[in-house]
Amino acid sequence: MAMITLTEKAAKHVAAFLAKRGKGIGLRFGVRTSGCSGMAYKLEFVDAANPEDLIFESHGVKVLVDPKSIPYIDGTELDYAREGLNEGFKFNNPNIKDACGCGESFNV
Amino acid sequence: MALLQIAEPGESAAPHQHRLAVGIDLGTTNSLVATVRSGMSVVLSDELGRTLLPSVVHYSAQGVQSVGYDAQAQQSLDPKNTVVSVKRFMGRGHKDIAHIESMPYDFLDTEGMVRLRTIAGVKTPVEISAEILKVLRERAEVSLGGQLTGAVITVPAYFDDAQRQATKDAARLAGLNVLRLLNEPTAAAIAYGLDNSAEGIYAVYDLGGGTFDISILKLSKGIFEVLATGGDSALGGDDFDQRVFCWIIEEAKLAPLSHSDARLLLMRAREAKEYLTYHGEAPITVKLGSGEYVDVNLTTAIFSTITQNLVQKTLSPTKKALRDAGLSVEDVKGVVMVGGSTRMPQIQHAVGELFKQEPLNNLDPDKVVALGAATQANLLAGNRATGDDWLLLDVIPLSLGLEMMGGLTEKIIPRNSTIPIARAQEFTTFKDGQTAMAIQVVQGERELVSDCRSLARFELRGIPPMAAGAARIRVTFQVDADGLLSVTAREQTTGHEARIEVKPSYGLSDDEITGMLRDSFLHASEDAFRRALREAQVEAQRLLEATQTALNEDAQLLSMLERAHIESCIAKLQTVLIGDDRRAIDAALSALNQATVEFAARRMNKSVQRVLSGKNIAELT
Repeated sequence: MAMITLTEKAAKHVAAFLAKRGKGIGLRFGVRTSGCSGMAYKLEFVDAANPEDLIFESHGVKVLVDPKSIPYIDGTELDYAREGLNEGFKFNNPNIKDACGCGESFNV
Repeated sequence: MALLQIAEPGESAAPHQHRLAVGIDLGTTNSLVATVRSGMSVVLSDELGRTLLPSVVHYSAQGVQSVGYDAQAQQSLDPKNTVVSVKRFMGRGHKDIAHIESMPYDFLDTEGMVRLRTIAGVKTPVEISAEILKVLRERAEVSLGGQLTGAVITVPAYFDDAQRQATKDAARLAGLNVLRLLNEPTAAAIAYGLDNSAEGIYAVYDLGGGTFDISILKLSKGIFEVLATGGDSALGGDDFDQRVFCWIIEEAKLAPLSHSDARLLLMRAREAKEYLTYHGEAPITVKLGSGEYVDVNLTTAIFSTITQNLVQKTLSPTKKALRDAGLSVEDVKGVVMVGGSTRMPQIQHAVGELFKQEPLNNLDPDKVVALGAATQANLLAGNRATGDDWLLLDVIPLSLGLEMMGGLTEKIIPRNSTIPIARAQEFTTFKDGQTAMAIQVVQGERELVSDCRSLARFELRGIPPMAAGAARIRVTFQVDADGLLSVTAREQTTGHEARIEVKPSYGLSDDEITGMLRDSFLHASEDAFRRALREAQVEAQRLLEATQTALNEDAQLLSMLERAHIESCIAKLQTVLIGDDRRAIDAALSALNQATVEFAARRMNKSVQRVLSGKNIAELT
């Protein structure tokens, strides 16, 4: 059984961004094939779910995942972090073998 | 590990291709930088969590010593080398700056933009502003974790071209790519428009530290249009401080102050003003460098009295902008308050009274401009969100037109037209066989070219020789989104073309613009008279030319007596032409017209005969 989760902090931020945006049913999390190490994360607002989407719910926030992305990100936990003045989402992905220096793209 | 932001559906950027864009409010008193994070506009703060950066630069012998709060702390200690409110000097010459004599700086008396002599050398306002922008850029790059793609920088709506150019130069010097300059009130409207998405007519009342802007905007379905703008680039919170400062000097009966004492007192004056926003009275106690003690008490009542005419000075441009937009206060659905100075209860009250409604202030008046600029920057950098299909429209402050025969202005693009805009009009030649045409591009509201401002002049050559009035020359005025005007003249039969590019607001200060507008109202009836006179004169000249040509060609068609009569009518018209009696010109004009009716008929017959002679009826049908 595939599983994607959000930390409470991440869920709170997603909910706030969605509320501010005024529309959207949740967060799309996935990968796409590009980037310096092969795969790159994709993080988008969702206005309409695709029929094949897998939907996970975590702290009241829906995370939609394209089934093709699952093998690369199954078990990932999304967190919201602040590093110095910067802030944003980061991923604890158990599937990763190596990532590029910046962490924006990865290999499994 | 990079930290990711949420993108709009289908808009995820490829790795390492996030387009980081910021909006910068480069204010007179304070500056801010904002960005869009996961679809939300946020103001970026420094490591101590402060969002405002005082627009103050302190120089030491080594160069820039500090910018912002640290520099502000040096104000009273080292006034000569601590530059505040540098925005007032942007693109300005020595004589353009108000209160220049009471400023503690060592100005160089040079042509063009003012220069300041500091301990670190001579600095231009552009360089000083660049120091402020550099700090904001660094703050943004640390906060966003990467290089910036570009920035939107806001300027007062009334900034002229020299001031806008200076702002762009400062940004470039600070290593920023300017996506566009945006009018401050428009930026504020973006922040409000998107956040509240309320439709209708809005007034944006922006009283900052050093500038006052009023804009009348129309918001509908996320599209907004600037209907009119007005303002005063030399009126702001600083002037209120100045009033309090003067009041303290009078109240405490102080002798002339040293630079550092003046600065110290000015700071106390500002603090007292801010304190009065939430309190009924503000005690002011200062120990001056001269050893004197100041101990006075500023009450709300005194403050209201000494600043009353400053408040009034914001209301007349407000009313005028409404009139320009063809609206009355009843049409205004909401009034947006922008700028820290709008926190003053006196302002809130006066604005509320004028518009007969409570002004809107649900966003922080210090931050709205930066937030709106960030939204626009995000859009321009290509991080387009779905549904963000709104268009941003600006207006031109003065009408654009060209000079016609007799020194009359023909307005091609009327003032307050929204830009980008293109308008074309056809003109013709005045004389027979005319092969060139001079096109004088003017800006202003008056009827005569001599009362307007000439922007550029160019010539269209290669017009094929034709009878007067036969050539068709299409003149197109085009103003692009950045306010750049290009004028094209094209002869329609041959396609000969000439063009020129001009910046319409070049070198015009808002005072000049307001002055030009005021003149156009003051002189409306006089202008109408002069226009009618010039029109009669031009018509008379045209008839004289035509008659002369006809006489040269076909004088033999006239009897001696007829010819003498026409010549006397010509002489009469030539005499009254130089005067300013329009009725006399009209009378002489119609006399000459009358006198030449028969002559014209005979010439017509003659040319018909010439065409017909030697041809039979069958050929003609």
